Amino acid sequence: MNINNFQNIINSLIPGLPTWLVFITSAILISFIVINAVVITGALTVWLERRLLARIQSRLGPNRWGPFGLFTPVADLIKMIGKEDTVPATADKKIFNLAPIVLLVPVLLVFAVIPMSNNSFLGQLNIGILFIVGVTGFNTLAVFMAAWSSRNKYALFGAMRGVAMLLSYEVPMALSIISIVLTTNFLLNIDGSNLSALSLVGIVQAQKIPFFILQPLGALIFVTAASAEMSRAPFDMIESESELGAGYHTEYSGIKFAIFQLTEFLAPVATAAIISVMFAGGIKGLSFIPGSVILVVKIFVIVLIFIWIRATWPRLRVDQIMNFAWKFLLPLSVINIFSQAIILQIFYSSDSIITINELWTIAFINWILAGISIFLLAKLFGHKGRDKNIPIPSKLANMEFTSE
Amino acid sequence: MFGFGLIKGLLITFKNLILPSRLFTVHQYPDRKVGPIELARYHQDWQNTSFIQFVINNPIKTIKSLIGLISIQDRYPQHSRFRGQEFGWYENRCTGCASCAKYCPLGIIKIETSRSGVDLDEGQKYKVDVFDIDMGRCMFCGLCVEACPYDALFMGSGFEESKYFRQELNIDINNLKNNDTKPSNWFRPQLESKNYDPRRNGALEWDQVGRHQKPTDTDQANKWSKR
Amino acid sequence: MAFKTEPVTINLGPQHPSTHGVFRLKVTFDGEQIVDAEPVIGYMHRGTEKLAEERSYVQIVTLTDRLDWVSSMTNNLAYVRTVEKLANIDVPIRARYLRVLCSELQRIASHLIATGFLMQELGTFGGTPLMYCFREREKILDMFEMLCGARITLSYMRPGGLVQDAPPEFWERLKIFQKEMPGYVDELESLISDNEVVLARTKNVGILSDRVAVDSSVTGPMLRASGVRWDLRKADPYEVYNSLHFEIPIGSVGDTFDRYFVRINEIRESIKIINQVVEQIPTGPIRTEIPYFFKPPIGNAYTSVEAPKGELGFYLVSDGGISPYRCHIRSPSFINLTVLKDLLVGSTMADLIVVFGSIDIVMGEVDR
Repeated sequence: MNINNFQNIINSLIPGLPTWLVFITSAILISFIVINAVVITGALTVWLERRLLARIQSRLGPNRWGPFGLFTPVADLIKMIGKEDTVPATADKKIFNLAPIVLLVPVLLVFAVIPMSNNSFLGQLNIGILFIVGVTGFNTLAVFMAAWSSRNKYALFGAMRGVAMLLSYEVPMALSIISIVLTTNFLLNIDGSNLSALSLVGIVQAQKIPFFILQPLGALIFVTAASAEMSRAPFDMIESESELGAGYHTEYSGIKFAIFQLTEFLAPVATAAIISVMFAGGIKGLSFIPGSVILVVKIFVIVLIFIWIRATWPRLRVDQIMNFAWKFLLPLSVINIFSQAIILQIFYSSDSIITINELWTIAFINWILAGISIFLLAKLFGHKGRDKNIPIPSKLANMEFTSE
Repeated sequence: MFGFGLIKGLLITFKNLILPSRLFTVHQYPDRKVGPIELARYHQDWQNTSFIQFVINNPIKTIKSLIGLISIQDRYPQHSRFRGQEFGWYENRCTGCASCAKYCPLGIIKIETSRSGVDLDEGQKYKVDVFDIDMGRCMFCGLCVEACPYDALFMGSGFEESKYFRQELNIDINNLKNNDTKPSNWFRPQLESKNYDPRRNGALEWDQVGRHQKPTDTDQANKWSKR
Repeated sequence: MAFKTEPVTINLGPQHPSTHGVFRLKVTFDGEQIVDAEPVIGYMHRGTEKLAEERSYVQIVTLTDRLDWVSSMTNNLAYVRTVEKLANIDVPIRARYLRVLCSELQRIASHLIATGFLMQELGTFGGTPLMYCFREREKILDMFEMLCGARITLSYMRPGGLVQDAPPEFWERLKIFQKEMPGYVDELESLISDNEVVLARTKNVGILSDRVAVDSSVTGPMLRASGVRWDLRKADPYEVYNSLHFEIPIGSVGDTFDRYFVRINEIRESIKIINQVVEQIPTGPIRTEIPYFFKPPIGNAYTSVEAPKGELGFYLVSDGGISPYRCHIRSPSFINLTVLKDLLVGSTMADLIVVFGSIDIVMGEVDR
């Protein structure tokens, strides 16, 4: 299903319309369908996350509305719409109202380029990966807009942390994407395909074996950076609820707060979509199952892993997060790029072709390389704390008691 | 240092996710969503049918319970010593000594007595006119029950007696007289030795809850003559 | 390179998700760094000490439940022991054993809460370890319900013994608890103690040196985390702790991790004590009958017990009447909170919450 099909349908229903009108009508139609589907997915993710978190924590989770509590997000939404929409008196109202939209739109835009079949919804974009990197960069702005305009110190704390974190994690994320693009370019050139290495369709095409097997280091960096980008555990200090209350959206209520919540729960879906396209082979998989189903299953699995991680790990402190980005992920991604370039060039220049067997060899080398580099970097920059918990008795009032 | 602790943590949470003994700290209140098997078991208490027969008899109920739409009444198992609301009081046992009122740390028990005119038997010398317990301030310490020398006052076992107005929380003497009394076992070893459970067993009469049987006339005569 | 910014003052509390009740902290930040912290308490002052002056000695037991509501048992014990000292009341030996058993169960419950909320404040979403801690604590509360019919406000102890003997089902449940609990503690510890994020967040954060700790009379796990081996159960053995064998876990430098680690180890020691108590407990009466409105001789008495949070002491002055002339409570939470500023200045906002959580206070006890 993509925009061309819609254009054909409209042309056959009402012949003789001008081309631009057909294009706009079909674009609006497909956007309507996709956005609604995505928003409903977000609502279902809310339910899934709450149920699964509850299950992990040996609680029950919402189970009152509808079968297994499936209608709980609907009830939540109705409640939020019914609430008063408060705006602080000293707030910058224009920016205050604009911030939720600026946060939501990029997440929806990401879905425009995800290839659900051989094409994405809105046709093929030959710089799809650049589009994603550019569009997701908007959330920094939105977080800061929300916090600055609401004139709340807690919100400002969250936003200041957020801007620093989001900006620094863009770097390793982009660098890990470069290594993917590099590999894709090699593999596409060998196939003689005319797809662009920057397009997501090309990346999917090039994955003879999934890239997370071929490039474990790149996948690790990307997943880490992406979970920081969407500010989930262990990087969720933008809205660290135990410290800042709610972080940047402290002052929001009603439907605006609902939009923030929706974005928060849509972000893992969007990120999971990007990860499954870039590292898990996208629509590729079993040939007898439709590609879109495979993609959805992959997204679902990755979202589950995100929820699992969120339930288990505590949050890092802001300086530790920055240290992690600049001292650990950045060197790691530089190592990744150079090693990928060198290894691929070595294998390519021997007989100017890379077979499947050679790819598995590369994957094996990469796994060993990933282990070694993580070990070395952790040794070099790691937290040099006390490893053993040895009690050290104090000299003060340290009585040697005699039992009996 | 290398992330092994993080992975270990993930495995532990996964273990808690799948192990059946680790599920559900929470008890669903006031009703519990059930699947078809539990529903059949719940119905068997009355009908004595097998599970398959239950499915054949109630196909709609089975399907509904499969998608989690059926809930049954349920209560958390509660020990018989539970100190709850709805105090139990036996007029026939009460002598109007007002020990409970004195012992109450908050002073929420109000007792007024008058001469009954009858002073033949134990506990009939005074007639209790007012016996008010202001549940709005009660903190369920159970000291009043501990104080009662004639086993006339008992804690209840309920906890869901919320009212719209504070005045309605006052338990007055008519309330205490008319209600079925299901006494809690708190500080009443005589009930515990009978394995009485206020949540399961029925109401008790005044002559069933005493620490000892009422002495017969000859016993009493003997006792008093010895003095 | 000095980058000068204007300090920001933030009011943490009294309504804040992680201030453990109504605690207010006026913090001045320079960026994320804390330059000044001023605790404001008193939002929950209920006048327990004054209320005690117009209640009889038995009635005050119900007030002590409401001091530190996650460890009512030890509050009861501390108060009841003071009254017994004041009025020279003997306690049967079985009651003494049961008291030790109850206070160790309560210690486990309280430490589970402390650990769980520390993890919640570290930012595990929804508090997964917190829920595991609560799951185990529920079992203890169920046992308390069997003992005395209540789960939080227990009022189980009386001057001269206990209210009621434990029912047979209590011992059955306790046997299961003894068998299962060590495994759960191990699991909890491996979920928390090896986690790199927890280590990064807690190690060398909020260090309380032993000198400062002793000088400001900090007690309990917080003192022991600084390496000072001081436990009233050993230093001044009360009830039957003389006949029980257990270790006093201590920490190394007194940081947040040590405080957590001491608590986890104390849970283990408590299980050990419970096992010994179950073996040793004799049969017999559990209460010395004393009149309800008894009048102790004129005089005063102070005793203290090792409550989960530290040394909990009661000071009672009797003028020969049915109620005390003066009742003073030495609450561990309040005294432990006095070092808060020393711990906080220089650390960051995220550390503030964690350090504050590791002190493990209950506002009911701080404001009394």
